[in-house]
Amino acid sequence: MLRLRARWLARIRAFFSARDVLEVETPTLSSAGTTDPHIHSFATAYSGPGQRHGQRLYLHSSPEFPMKRLLAAGSGCIYQIAKVFRDGEAGRYHQPEFTLLEWYRVGFDQHRLMREVARLVQDLLDQPSLLQDPEYLSYAAIFQRHLRIDPHRATVAQLKTCAAAQDLPCPPGMPEDDVDPWLHWLLSHCIEPHLGRDRLTFIYDYPASQAALARIRPGDPPLADRFELYYRGIELANGFHELSDADEQRRRFTADNQRRVARGLAPIPPDEYLLAALAAGLPDCAGVALGLDRLLMLATDNAALEDVLAFPLERN
Amino acid sequence: MATYSTNEFKSGLKIMMDGDPYAIVENEFVKPGKGQAFNRVKVRNLKTGRVIERTFKSGDTVEGADVVDTEMQFLYSDGEFWHFMHPESFEQIGADANTVGDSAKWLKPEDVCQLTLWNGSPIIVLPPNFVIMTITETDPGVKGDTSGGGTKPATLETGAIVKVPLFVQTGETIKVDTRTGEYVSRVKE
Repeated sequence: MLRLRARWLARIRAFFSARDVLEVETPTLSSAGTTDPHIHSFATAYSGPGQRHGQRLYLHSSPEFPMKRLLAAGSGCIYQIAKVFRDGEAGRYHQPEFTLLEWYRVGFDQHRLMREVARLVQDLLDQPSLLQDPEYLSYAAIFQRHLRIDPHRATVAQLKTCAAAQDLPCPPGMPEDDVDPWLHWLLSHCIEPHLGRDRLTFIYDYPASQAALARIRPGDPPLADRFELYYRGIELANGFHELSDADEQRRRFTADNQRRVARGLAPIPPDEYLLAALAAGLPDCAGVALGLDRLLMLATDNAALEDVLAFPLERN
Repeated sequence: MATYSTNEFKSGLKIMMDGDPYAIVENEFVKPGKGQAFNRVKVRNLKTGRVIERTFKSGDTVEGADVVDTEMQFLYSDGEFWHFMHPESFEQIGADANTVGDSAKWLKPEDVCQLTLWNGSPIIVLPPNFVIMTITETDPGVKGDTSGGGTKPATLETGAIVKVPLFVQTGETIKVDTRTGEYVSRVKE
């Protein structure tokens, strides 16, 4: 396992080197964390020269913000293999500390980047089933295929009816005024297990309300240029055609923090450095983060992340 | 009773759902790439034994079930209730036919059984794994057969019927495995 991981790291570096994508490192500690209400950053404090009373610092949950600052400064295409940290996540497919491969391609859109992700994953996984072409399906298409419902127009009442018809009852306390939690539940419990059974499956064109840091294409309905990759029912990667509008980014940070406060979570200061970089101009680009530990787990037919880590949480 | 957060979920934890006590059999943390994390659990209804699946939003709390397993001595049955006594506190408890269920045929006075109590009332009665009982009726075995392969039904003092080897006779005492209902051996008095 240690050897395979080491071989993969070498292959990843060769893959990007051949494509003129530059390897970079950005700080693990940051004065701003993610505002996503569903991602919990570990926080610590720096005390020492320059900070008599201690400065609050977050362990990054992804290297996205500083990498975008490099892009705005003219770095060109970049990638990073980074340890990232998320509090509150431990399970078969989750560890509070894990390895992300994150990369950005200037001039790519989500579809071109999806094809590059497929190339890299097929390069790392030497499995005959993956010789089949990957499958590219829209968010609407998978809901239509598995649940016969239109996720972009369904009301909470319709999603509730759809959920009630499943074998697995929905958890108590689901909101009555927000479709997204219902869509997430239906996707994760009723659709995901069927995705990527015998090939890589990409899902794209998410609802605008789930754009995160992706651009939104106006239309009816407006769609987020976001994609995810699934293999054997497990989500492996999440990518965006990156939002480059600083004002829109600030509005999303503010909206996230309002949701955090409504849930009783502490607001997270927005990353002013990122906002300044977007205002200065982010080149048109697409970026993606790929969970290397999960991919390693699937490549070696293991059932849990802890099987591919030298020392998982329970033994740290 | 205490409440438990989904972060405390683990197999064996006893929780309340829809008014019934359940034990967690399996717990899985599920988090989609976006949005809320969930705990997907398999739980066993402690009254019916049925296993079902449920999901909870991670971080939610669930009421704990006041369920304890305790060893108690069986005293007697009055036809409606089976009465048990705690060997140290001498506290007595009655379990109805519904609760005792199939265990009734293995209950012999003075034997120590395992009772599962929910809010102090019995919901499960388990007999000892092995009981020693006297045969009240069985056909006489074929003369001369002392060890042969065949079996025959025998009625025990509690009314339970088990298959015994042909050489075992009425009035003899035998050991039975209550989990399988099978004859184990003869017991010399």
